[in-house]
Amino acid sequence: MIDPNLFQLVCFYAFGAVAVLSALAVISLRNSVHAVLALVLTFFSTACIWMLAEAEFLAIALIVVYVGAVMVLFLFVVMMLDIDQEKIREGFVKFLPVGVVVAVVMLVEMLALIGVRAMHAQTLGANPAGDSNTAWLGKALYTQYLLPFEIAALILTVGVIAAVALTLRERRGVKRQQPSEQVAINPRDRVRLVKMAAERPDDAEPAALPAQEAKP
Amino acid sequence: MPTLNDVLVLLPEFYLVAAACLLLLADAFMKPAQRGALHWIAIVVLLVATYMVVAGQPDATVTAFGDMFVRDRTSEILKVFALLCTVLVFIYARPYLLDRKQFVGEFYTLMIFAVLGVMLLVSAGNLVMVYLGLELLTLSSYALVALNRDSPLSSEAAIKYFVLGALSSGMLLYGMSMVYGATGTLGLAQLHATATHGAMPHLLVFGLIFMLVGIAFKLGAAPFHMWIPDVYQGASTPVTTFIASASKLAAFGMAWRLLETGLGDLSPYWQPMLAVLAVLSMAIGNLVAIVQTNLKRMLAYSTISHMGYLLLGLVNAGPEGYAAAMFYAISYALMSTVAFGVIMALARAGFECEEIADLKGLNQRSPWFAAMMALAMFSLAGVPPLFGFYAKYLVLQAAIDAHMLWLALAGAVFAIVGLYYYLHVVKVMYFDKPVEGGADRSTPDMPMRVVLSLNGLALLVLGVYWGPLLGWCRHSFGIG
Repeated sequence: MIDPNLFQLVCFYAFGAVAVLSALAVISLRNSVHAVLALVLTFFSTACIWMLAEAEFLAIALIVVYVGAVMVLFLFVVMMLDIDQEKIREGFVKFLPVGVVVAVVMLVEMLALIGVRAMHAQTLGANPAGDSNTAWLGKALYTQYLLPFEIAALILTVGVIAAVALTLRERRGVKRQQPSEQVAINPRDRVRLVKMAAERPDDAEPAALPAQEAKP
Repeated sequence: MPTLNDVLVLLPEFYLVAAACLLLLADAFMKPAQRGALHWIAIVVLLVATYMVVAGQPDATVTAFGDMFVRDRTSEILKVFALLCTVLVFIYARPYLLDRKQFVGEFYTLMIFAVLGVMLLVSAGNLVMVYLGLELLTLSSYALVALNRDSPLSSEAAIKYFVLGALSSGMLLYGMSMVYGATGTLGLAQLHATATHGAMPHLLVFGLIFMLVGIAFKLGAAPFHMWIPDVYQGASTPVTTFIASASKLAAFGMAWRLLETGLGDLSPYWQPMLAVLAVLSMAIGNLVAIVQTNLKRMLAYSTISHMGYLLLGLVNAGPEGYAAAMFYAISYALMSTVAFGVIMALARAGFECEEIADLKGLNQRSPWFAAMMALAMFSLAGVPPLFGFYAKYLVLQAAIDAHMLWLALAGAVFAIVGLYYYLHVVKVMYFDKPVEGGADRSTPDMPMRVVLSLNGLALLVLGVYWGPLLGWCRHSFGIG
């Protein structure tokens, strides 16, 4: 039986090495999809290190927010940038090996993490109050770090204002529907009923024009 | 636990947040015809904030939110001048923005958020607060630079600013994490207490170097100055004015907080590094400015050289030096508002007035603004009896007091080099013949003409009566 603490230490260095190597891969790989996959691995390994330090909330947040949402969006955008449809279809096969490698490394990391937990190794993290990580984080955020937390919210507000200010554009000459005007319209303005004879005498000129639509 | 007392300490800041949000909403609900009122509302908002900062000034240093926020004399002075510089920018910007159909509510909202970032940054009592204040300021600045979307030059400047700014933020954060690793604390006051014992001096110095890179980037000191010329040239002139004035006050505040309040005991380490930055900035700024033909670009290189002079004061690492550096930062902010203000006053729709050649014969067409520009140029060059002269004298004195005579000599030599390109602008204005398509009439906007004239004359008045301002600066650092 191996020493749990030693195994934990080995796992820590292994996760760290994977994180650093995949981070290097992010900036050195030429293929942008491969780079994004490497970035996913970097985030995942960092989350594993946090998990070792018993910062479960941060680890899960990193996985859910960055790997689950941001990186998937990244991946979609990067793949969409290559507009050639044929290439996209080829892409799924072409990127499969790298995707499998990333997935396998992630699986191994997860299994190692479960192993460390199962062996009840001595905890690496600092846990001053003996609370769970989530409770401790919540208390710190809303007492000691309340002001920085609020300023972070302000920074996000500025981000929203900037994004809208830089992209919202009032275009002239664009044809679009105006629902309020569409609802307010009176049918009598749109359709004009014209009385005309049911039958046309043979000798008459084709004088009666079909019902005209009057546009407002 | 935060209490109401904590909130009262931050009253000006909270007020500005509320005002900025209301302004944002008002902009959304206003009819286009009423939108001109935003300008005056924004100015009143800032003036009230200035009053709140001055009136609510505590007798002694007060902290809030568990030492996160420090309200002391130094931060108060920096805040007042940052707010006043922003008011000047607003007044100068109105005709410029209206002429170019760039008058949008976001300009005012983002400016107020940026100046809020300045206020939080200079009052930071914690590394986290330093970083967040800086981010609030720079994020708003990136957006302001990019706001002129139709100009490719603006977009290019914004991208460069954003990428380099993100890089420097990363450097700063990395340095902070190293310092945290070495001391185990993020509070600047605790950092000062633990740094003396020096559990891990190497790690601490390693972190200090990265933090210094972040500071140098924010100041725009060589060799971290590459973004300055492009941003100054590419951004619309009001935004450039803000970056050259209020933003520089914030950079001084940040440097002082991090280096003195936080890592003051490591001054033997950071003094020589600052000296190198200072010499490089003075040399590169003054020498490269000579060959510039674009006025805004020339003023950008002039900024780099001025940041070198500001660093001479910080190199002193004593209260006298800090007072001199703060005096210098304030004088530079006021001088640059005049120089850019004249550029805005002479610009008109379709004419930016940003080439030095555009100023040819300005004296015959607009003698008063030619005189204002000449005042700004002489003051930037450090010619007595103007504001810039005494500021330069003080920082050179501070360098000599720090036993760095060579540094003071280098500063004096480069000041003489700098005289050339400042005087070149004066020569173009007074002795060249006016050209077609050059600067013609100045803006008819009366508030701008009056305030710009007062701002220009202030350089002359403060050059003679520098006593009270220097007294405040010295007093805030506990001397005099």
